[in-house]
Amino acid sequence: MKLEEVTDSSPISGVSRRDFLKFCSMMAAAMGLPGMGAQIAEAVTVQKRPPVLWLSAQECTGCTESLLRTNHPSLERLILELISLEYHETLLVGSGKQAEEWREKSMQENKGKYILVVDGSIPVKDNGIYCKIGGKTALTLLEEMASQAAAVIAIGSCASWGGIPASDPNPTGATAVHEIFKSKGIKTPCVNIPGCPPNPYNFLSTVLYFLTFKKLPELDEQARPKFAYGRLIHENCERRPHFDAGRFALQFGDDGHRKGYCLYKLGCKGPETFNNCPIQLFNDVGSGAWPVGTGGPCFGCSEMGIGFTKPIHSPASPKYFTPPSILPRIDEKRGHGLTIAGVAVAAGIAGAALGAGAVTAKKLGKDDEEQGKSGSREK
Amino acid sequence: MEIKRRDFLKMAAGTSLFLATGAPAMAREQKSLPPEAVGMLYDSTVCIGCRACQPACKQANDMPVEHSTPDSVWDDPIDLSAKTLNIIKVYTTGRGINKDSETDGYSFIKRHCMHCVDPACVSACPVSALKKNQQTGVVSYNKDACIGCRYCQLACPYNIPKFEFDKTFPQIRKCQLCEHRFKDNKFSACCEVCPTGASIFGKVADLQAEAKKRLTLKPGEYYKYPVAHVKSGQVSYRPVAKYQPKVYGEKDGGGSQILMLAAVSFEKLGMPALDEASDASFSENIQHTVYKGMIGPGVLLAGLLFAAYKSTNKKDE
Repeated sequence: MKLEEVTDSSPISGVSRRDFLKFCSMMAAAMGLPGMGAQIAEAVTVQKRPPVLWLSAQECTGCTESLLRTNHPSLERLILELISLEYHETLLVGSGKQAEEWREKSMQENKGKYILVVDGSIPVKDNGIYCKIGGKTALTLLEEMASQAAAVIAIGSCASWGGIPASDPNPTGATAVHEIFKSKGIKTPCVNIPGCPPNPYNFLSTVLYFLTFKKLPELDEQARPKFAYGRLIHENCERRPHFDAGRFALQFGDDGHRKGYCLYKLGCKGPETFNNCPIQLFNDVGSGAWPVGTGGPCFGCSEMGIGFTKPIHSPASPKYFTPPSILPRIDEKRGHGLTIAGVAVAAGIAGAALGAGAVTAKKLGKDDEEQGKSGSREK
Repeated sequence: MEIKRRDFLKMAAGTSLFLATGAPAMAREQKSLPPEAVGMLYDSTVCIGCRACQPACKQANDMPVEHSTPDSVWDDPIDLSAKTLNIIKVYTTGRGINKDSETDGYSFIKRHCMHCVDPACVSACPVSALKKNQQTGVVSYNKDACIGCRYCQLACPYNIPKFEFDKTFPQIRKCQLCEHRFKDNKFSACCEVCPTGASIFGKVADLQAEAKKRLTLKPGEYYKYPVAHVKSGQVSYRPVAKYQPKVYGEKDGGGSQILMLAAVSFEKLGMPALDEASDASFSENIQHTVYKGMIGPGVLLAGLLFAAYKSTNKKDE
C-alpha cells in the first residue's frame, strides 16, 4: 500500500487519508516528534506491513484489553492495516495446532525482521512448567522467538519487571523478559513498557518509532522509553498544587477528597512512579480519565518495587523534594520546645552525670587519703 | 644571679623598642568595593514567593534536602542552615492579603550571604579560611584551612555562616555566590532561575545604578525589570511598587554586594539595622590601636616583669 493510495475512497482501509495522517501526527506528538507525522506515514505504508508476533505468558490479558480500547487507530486498523499481527493468542482466528504452525512459519519467513511483543512474566521455577503453550514452556518459546526477532517489546509490568506473578512469595519463579535475556545471553534489543495495564499509546508509539527510524526510541536505565517514562506522575499531576499547599485528602469520601485534594496521604505513589498517565490519559474520553483524576491514589503499577510490592495505602517516598508553597515566617522558631520525654531524658542524663561525678570525687578523696597514709608510713 | 634594678629596666625598654620596630603600624580604613565586584539585587516587590531559587540553589551547590515537618514530604527548611544556603521567607501582618503592604499585608524576603564589602567573618577568621576575592569580592570558604572555631558565626551581623554540627568532619556552610559556576560563564543559580527578575545578578556598580533608578520611579507606572542578569536583555514588564526609600546593603554594615529593595521596612523583613561603619573596621581599629607598634604590650610586659622581679626579691631576701 502506498501513501498515495490511501484515499478517501480506499475500499480496503475504510480509513480516510485525512484520518490516517491525523493518526500518524498524533503518534508523532505522543513521542515528542513534531512534524514527523508524514515520515511515520511513509514508514507504515511504503513497505510490506511489518510482522508482529505476540507471546503471552503469565498474564491476565489486561495489556491486550488496553490495546483493544484505542481509538486512533482502533485495534482492527492497527492489526489489519498498519502492522501484520502474525500471532496473538487472544486475537487469532485459528487455534491449536493451526496457530502454532502459523507461528513457526511466520518466524521463519520473517527471521530477524519481526517485532516480538511479550506480555506476562516468564516462570522459571521447575524448568518453567507453570506456563505452557502448545506443550512448550513459555521459557522455551521466548528463547526461540526472541533470538530471531528484530526487537522485543515487553509490554506490561509482568513482562517488564515481574508484576503481580512475581509478588512475594513468587511461587512460579516469575521473571521479567530482560532478565531472561541476561541469563540466556540473548542480545536482541528489548524495550520495557511497564504498567498494569500500560497506556496503549506508549506501546503504539514505540512500535511506530521503531518502524520509522529502524531503531528504538531513547530509553532510560530500566529500558523504558523516555518519552513516556521520563517524568514522575507527581510532576504532571493535576492535584500537585494541593500537595505543595499541604492540602490532603485524609480519608476516602472526606471533605478534602471531595474537593479534589492531593491523595498523597491515602497512599498515592505518584511521587515515586515514572509514567505519563496524567498527560496521556486513558480511553480517549477527555480530562480526568486516569486513576488520580478519578480520586483513586496511584498505586505505582508501572514502577518496580512499588506496584504489587509496597502496601497500597502506605505513603510514598518522594524521589525529588521541592519546597511547599507555604513559606517560613521571618521569625520562625527552631525546634519544638521542651517535651516532657525530652526533659525526662535530659534530667536522667544530668542526674547520672552528677552521681558519677560525686562517686568519682569521693573515690579520689579516699585515694588521696590512702596515699597520704601510706606515704606517712613509708617515711 | 643578681640583676640590678637599673639593668632590668634597660633590658625591658630595649625589648619593647625592638618589638616596636619589628611590627609596622597598621591603620585600618573601611574597605571599599573591589573593582570587578559582582553581586545581586533582590527586589522584594517583584518576588512572588515561588521559591524556584531554593531547589535551584540546592542543585547548583549539591546540598541535601531538609525536612521540618513530621511527614518529610517537602524540602521545607524554616531558616538558613548547614543544608540550606538560600531561603525565601515571608512577613505577614493582619489579614495578610495585600502584597508589599504593612497593613493587612505580606512581603517576601530572600536570605543568604550578603557578601559584605568589609566582611566581619573574614576579619574574625583566625586562619583565613574565609576570604574575600580581590577581584569579584565573593566571600568564599576553604574547608581545608578551617579549624572549626566558628568565630565567623558569632561575627556575622546577618547570622549567615552555619556549622555542620551533625557531621564528623564539619564545615561552615554559606552562599558563595555560585562562584564555581563563573568559569562556565554562568552566574548564581538563584538569579538564573528567578522567573520574575526579583533576583538579578550583575556587577555591583550596575546593580546600584539599577536599584537607585527604581527608587526614582513613580509607583504604579510600568517598568521593564531585567530578569536573571542586570544586562540579560530579558525583561519583565510590571507596575512599580511603593518602595521604601532605601537600598539595603548600599551602606549598611559597611556595604554589601547583595542589594535589596522592598516596600516594607527592612527591619520588619528581619534585616538587622546596621551602622555605616563595618564591624570589621571597628574591631580591627581597637585591636590595631591596642597593639600598635607593640608598645602597649611591651610596656605591659615590662610592668609585669618588674612586678614579678620585685616581689621575688622581697620573698627571697
